[in-house]
Amino acid sequence: MIQLDEKRSESRREPLWQDEFSVFTERERFVNRRQLIKFLTLTSLGMFAGNVWILIRSWLRRDQTYPRQEIAHTGEIPVGDVKLFHYPNAKEQCLLIRTSDDNYVAYSQKCTHLSCAVYFSREDNQLICPCHNGRFSIRDGAVIQGPPTRALPHVVIERRGEQLIAVSMSGKLEG
Amino acid sequence: MRRKTALDGIVALVILLLIVQVWVLSATLDAFLAGHRDAALPGAITGGVLFAATVGMYWFALRIDRAG
Repeated sequence: MIQLDEKRSESRREPLWQDEFSVFTERERFVNRRQLIKFLTLTSLGMFAGNVWILIRSWLRRDQTYPRQEIAHTGEIPVGDVKLFHYPNAKEQCLLIRTSDDNYVAYSQKCTHLSCAVYFSREDNQLICPCHNGRFSIRDGAVIQGPPTRALPHVVIERRGEQLIAVSMSGKLEG
Repeated sequence: MRRKTALDGIVALVILLLIVQVWVLSATLDAFLAGHRDAALPGAITGGVLFAATVGMYWFALRIDRAG
């Protein structure tokens, strides 16, 4: 122990790299453990900062309001066909699908896996992501197969006369 | 030797805490992106407690260092 302390006091005069990569095995192991704990603590701080960031974002988004936006007229698209529109802003592209004579559904076109654009397959009656073959249900946007784990964000549509109006979204993706 | 064992124990414990913290962060992020914003506060509190425990372990390691 005394020898170790002597070596340590000698090393104070050494450059940092010699201090950190000591020729004395015992000391080197000791320093490395301490540095590892320090690095792990900083990693923990980074992850805590991530949690705080999520908390702040969730507070900021809590009061988010969606605009009411006319997206189509009834009869504008045939049964089984699709219309593209932007909602709630010009950056977010969405799909309006007429599933039957009287039924329309709308989802974000951005896959919840890696944000590729999904398309509607009439043959499979599913929304498919061509990048990794993720498949979503046309009924509720739920994942049927593939790498995505979250459902497609759903655009809530209101029908007023012949107008189809987007009023809000559920499960909105970030970014 | 006892100091080395204590530091080994601290490293093992901190790694364990970090694994739990990675899980908490990924679960909170997944819930947030799915639109479940209520998970953010418990996630942040748990993350803070785990970070405090890691800092405590680091402080303990420094104390061992000073005692040596």
